[in-house]
Amino acid sequence: MSIDTETARRVASLARIAVPEDALPGLAQEFNAILGFIELLNEVDVDGVEPMTGVSPMRLKRRDDVVTDGNQQDKVLANAPDAREGFFAVPKVVE
Amino acid sequence: MSLNALTIAQARDALRKGETTAVALTEACLSAVRAATALNAFAHDTPEIALDRAAAADARIGSGDAPGMCGIPVGIKDLFCTEGVPSQAASGILRGFRPAYESTVSARLRDAGAVMLGKLNMDEFAMGSSNETSVYGDVVNPWRRAGSDTALTPGGSSGGSAAAVAADLCLAATGTDTGGSIRQPAAFTGIVGLKPTYGRCSRWGIVAFASSLDQAGPMTKTVRDAAIMLQDMAGHDPLDSTSVDMAVPDFEAALTGDIRGKVIGIPEEYRMDGMPDEIERLWAEGRRMLQDAGAVLRDISLPHTRYALPAYYVIAPAEASSNLARYDGVRFGHRATLAQGDGITEMYEKTRAEGFGAEVKRRVMIGTYVLSAGFYDAYYNRARRVRSLIKRDFDLAFAGGVDAILTPATPSSAFGLGEMTDADPVQMYLNDVFTVTVNLAGLPGISVPAGLDAQGLPLGLQLIGRPFEEAPLLNVAYALEQAAGFVSKPAKWW
Repeated sequence: MSIDTETARRVASLARIAVPEDALPGLAQEFNAILGFIELLNEVDVDGVEPMTGVSPMRLKRRDDVVTDGNQQDKVLANAPDAREGFFAVPKVVE
Repeated sequence: MSLNALTIAQARDALRKGETTAVALTEACLSAVRAATALNAFAHDTPEIALDRAAAADARIGSGDAPGMCGIPVGIKDLFCTEGVPSQAASGILRGFRPAYESTVSARLRDAGAVMLGKLNMDEFAMGSSNETSVYGDVVNPWRRAGSDTALTPGGSSGGSAAAVAADLCLAATGTDTGGSIRQPAAFTGIVGLKPTYGRCSRWGIVAFASSLDQAGPMTKTVRDAAIMLQDMAGHDPLDSTSVDMAVPDFEAALTGDIRGKVIGIPEEYRMDGMPDEIERLWAEGRRMLQDAGAVLRDISLPHTRYALPAYYVIAPAEASSNLARYDGVRFGHRATLAQGDGITEMYEKTRAEGFGAEVKRRVMIGTYVLSAGFYDAYYNRARRVRSLIKRDFDLAFAGGVDAILTPATPSSAFGLGEMTDADPVQMYLNDVFTVTVNLAGLPGISVPAGLDAQGLPLGLQLIGRPFEEAPLLNVAYALEQAAGFVSKPAKWW
């Protein structure tokens, strides 16, 4: 599998990372080096093997579906780059 | 010996006997930290917090019944969220972030009376093996090659933790290990680094890299110290559903040094092509030492070992791409300055381009690619199947009666800062070739300093244990430590 500049552009866009046009060919080349390494996995016979979801054999603990926390608006907003009137502020998203 | 050079066990015993105070220990460490800026190990110092906690610890010790870590000055890796104290994961995207909460592990240490000296430098988001991806700049290894002043890497990602412990800036430090990030820097700096079983320590409040692999652990001067510190880090936490609800044994009590009859597996697949003779010799030495201590060596096979790194470099970036989606410039950290007319997509893209370093971007994008439509099965699901096979290799070895597995910790000693800059990323990834299997299988692993190479740099051996059997693993490590008798310290130049 070889990644071209167009694929690198698409991946950067999916990842929401701005990559300048002139950096795309270098990025594609890096991806190819890493993916070439990953291709080694194709040697392994994985027929009938379940993909691992969690390494511990235990079932995840459950708790009652109740509110355990809350009423901390100030703390929640304290680190926001732009907070106004109790909300996170972002550029306009609806025309 | 100056107070900052003590081990946890020595300091604890001296505190209990009233021979020293937590305040005196803390002041000695703070002064060592101030004098060691050349190492760049500490990213954020917290002397006021340290002295407050030290005074409180002295009062508690005076009243008796203090935990092992009470009054012990430690460094906390910047990956741990610490209440009111900058916690950036060494990333520009978290610049200015001060959590309103404390991670469970650092809270447990705090509640046990441990004294936080500050936050330790690391690779950005724990992605790296040389501490060269940090927004705070490189950490410098306190060790140097004989007759050379070349600056060496302390390893990574817990490079600040490793350098700080090796240079006696603190008695111990927290680390985290996703593919080798505790054990490799421990080996590069001549200290002990333990990655506990996945689920032994809570991940809550630790900035997430790859959630199915990440695990916090102690980085210490001795195996005994690792046992003492793990005691006050481990345990079930309702806030982390993957933290295991099982009793935490007395780790220090397990350190008898008696390993007679224990079966030590020697995996043939860890004999890599092109492995330096020194590493091969160290491994042979380790085998002999354990045998002399009464252990039984057994050749074993872990046939899928060579697929561990490629599987890791699918799974870890995939999980990272998902975990790091939260850094969007909305709720915390950096937001890019926007141009006229920029919308929310430009805000995300510019913020993440500015805030993330090159290696983090690379891994987020690799993760995005392997999870994208059309490639999910070919890459991600295949890697998860291979992961099942890697775990099965270990399961079979342990089911066959193996108590612990001995391997080298790293394929080399510490290399020079900048030496790998022009190499392709895969060359750097090979640093984790002996450690990454342990994360994929969720096992406990410990790096023990075992000797010096021809250049006078420390080398480590790794022991791998059965799941949730850190206590017997620590005991084998203790026997190895006793036999190796590693006492070297870096000559102070900083």
